[in-house]
Amino acid sequence: MNMSRRHFLGVAGAAISAAATGHSRKAFAARKPKAPPNAYGCVVDLTACVGCRTCEQACNRVNDLPPPKERLDDQTVLDRKRRPDTSAFTVINRYYSGRLDEQNELVPTYVKIQCMHCQDPACASACITGALSKKDNGAVHYNKSRCVGCRYCLVACPFQIPAYEYFDPLTPRVRKCTFCFDRISEGGKPGCAGACPVEAITFGNRNMLLEVARRKITDNPGRYLRKIYGESEVGGTSWMYISRDPFEKLGFLSLPHYPMPHLPETIQHSIFAYMWAPMTLFAILAGVMWKINPGQIIPGPNAHAEEDQI
Amino acid sequence: MSSHAHPKPAPLETRFWTPGVLVLFAVMLIGFCFIIARYIGGLGAVSNLDNQHPWGMWIGIDVATGVALAAGGFTTAAIAHVFGRHQFEAVTRPALLTATLGYTFVAIGLAIDVGRSWALPKPLLFWQGNSVLFEVAMCVVIYTHVLYIEFLPIVVERFRGRVNLPGPLSVLNGRMERLLALADRILGKTMWVFIIAGVVLSCMHQSGLGSLMLIAPTKLHPLWYTPILPLLFLTSAIAAGYPMVVFETTVATASLKRADEMEVLAPLTGVTKYLLGIYITLKIGDMIFRGTYVYLFDGSVESRSFIVEMLAMIVPWFMLMSQRLRTKRHTLFMACTTIVLGVALNRCNVFLIGFNPPYAVKSYFPSIGEIAITACLISSIMFLYRLAATYLPVLSGPSLASLEKELS
Repeated sequence: MNMSRRHFLGVAGAAISAAATGHSRKAFAARKPKAPPNAYGCVVDLTACVGCRTCEQACNRVNDLPPPKERLDDQTVLDRKRRPDTSAFTVINRYYSGRLDEQNELVPTYVKIQCMHCQDPACASACITGALSKKDNGAVHYNKSRCVGCRYCLVACPFQIPAYEYFDPLTPRVRKCTFCFDRISEGGKPGCAGACPVEAITFGNRNMLLEVARRKITDNPGRYLRKIYGESEVGGTSWMYISRDPFEKLGFLSLPHYPMPHLPETIQHSIFAYMWAPMTLFAILAGVMWKINPGQIIPGPNAHAEEDQI
Repeated sequence: MSSHAHPKPAPLETRFWTPGVLVLFAVMLIGFCFIIARYIGGLGAVSNLDNQHPWGMWIGIDVATGVALAAGGFTTAAIAHVFGRHQFEAVTRPALLTATLGYTFVAIGLAIDVGRSWALPKPLLFWQGNSVLFEVAMCVVIYTHVLYIEFLPIVVERFRGRVNLPGPLSVLNGRMERLLALADRILGKTMWVFIIAGVVLSCMHQSGLGSLMLIAPTKLHPLWYTPILPLLFLTSAIAAGYPMVVFETTVATASLKRADEMEVLAPLTGVTKYLLGIYITLKIGDMIFRGTYVYLFDGSVESRSFIVEMLAMIVPWFMLMSQRLRTKRHTLFMACTTIVLGVALNRCNVFLIGFNPPYAVKSYFPSIGEIAITACLISSIMFLYRLAATYLPVLSGPSLASLEKELS
């Protein structure tokens, strides 16, 4: 699949739409970024993670999920390219980027996957009732009492994270990492970050984390690529990664650097601002109808003949 | 006005339970069993939907295609009532009936598809103005009510002066009559508002459906992902409106043994060649402008599906350009059916075939259960159409039997 070209066209498409009309360009620029200024975040240091899956276990415990299906010492599960699902909000996969160690053996890189908690999330923009929302503390929060179950959030998510309880007939939920919303609201750390034995997950204020990550990268040029994944992807994410190996070799997607809601929200709000477009169309049609069919709108002498036609 | 050439719409009053109707009923019953299974075992029990493919056939066919093909309702209302081409009034009622049934079953299809069917009215309480789906949902809810109001005069006309309630209820006959007379008076004076509102609401949500996938630029194949997707959805729905009327009227008149209404249908598609031309121009222009023709012949499923979709628009467009083909019943029906199928394929391409989740381990194909439920909903529409045409003044063409009598 030609992802990089497709990605380019996606970006080009959005840029064209902005340039196509002066009106939409203004509106595009006018859509205020929705990123909360003081969000919490996490930086995952992929050079530190050893793939012990303690975070998976901790996550399942604090979120009242069943314990991980595979035993913690089962290493084969790491190669299965698992995705988060309804019974596991975070999973670790193992990738081989092709880098060799001194013994000429492939060096594994372990990648923790969970909801990225986008700064300007597509799921929250898509959600028909606002069941998903970006909180000031950074969490993309799911409120099941508002959810209708349309699964537009699953369609919208660029990271393909939310999972759905397809086998619940009446009250299925969207399931995904909560950023341990209650714990971080009370000043605690997310379950996984607190449990990591090698401190591969750093939790804190997102702006501060970006500083720390940048310093780490400049201080250890051999150890890290000069990139923080999530700094600007889809407008920035609360969860970010630093790595020694190229991200595209570790299952990370090349994504646009603008927030996903920009284009649809710009179009929607340009058309529906003060309902000007629908009302204009209504007025034009009413004018045409009045002109062409005298008597149909304001009944005239031959109103009866006209009424019978409808 | 040419209405004298056409008899007034009247109930058919023919036998309802024909073998064909029994087949429809059987399909409905089978689908109903799967609907029950869905409410016992959940969506996963009857469908192939998963976390990679959250939207399937029910969204692609029942909702997106259903809404697009119900466009016959607002496009005929616009041409006959707003633009004053009264010669087309003969087809406004069947088109209105199709649209009303179509939207009703879009709502039923959605109720089955969403995980929490009982929570379907929640968007009316919790407004989320940034959501494209919210806009679409609100328009569809309001428009469905508008359609029912537009349909009301047909019911009033059928029963006014003929109210005859059974048994003890007959004491209410007088009251019912007064109510119908009042409804008739109010509807006659206010109908213009609903007719225009119907057109406006249709334009809003037809384009809104196209905006739905704009949130997923990395998932929708570039052959379809374009910022003008809402405009393409709107123009294709408008272009498909009259062909859909031709399709359904031809099927209905053939099945119910009525005159084929060619003298109305052929002129109705005269404007379609322009409407379809606009859509094809936009579509090809967009492809050239964005340079997506590089994907046209790469042999992928998407490229082939795109080519078929485009051919299903371009070939009938040439057919409609020919006056000779357009005025012949069979060729007109073929052209219109191809357009209808082309629009249906376009909606399926945008929501299903062109949708490529990056981490998908398998591709999506509808399950038996999904197909059975979709078939159930479509047959229910046909069943109710026939029921309404039999007992309400919807169709106006003379029956073939009466034509033959006239000739002999």
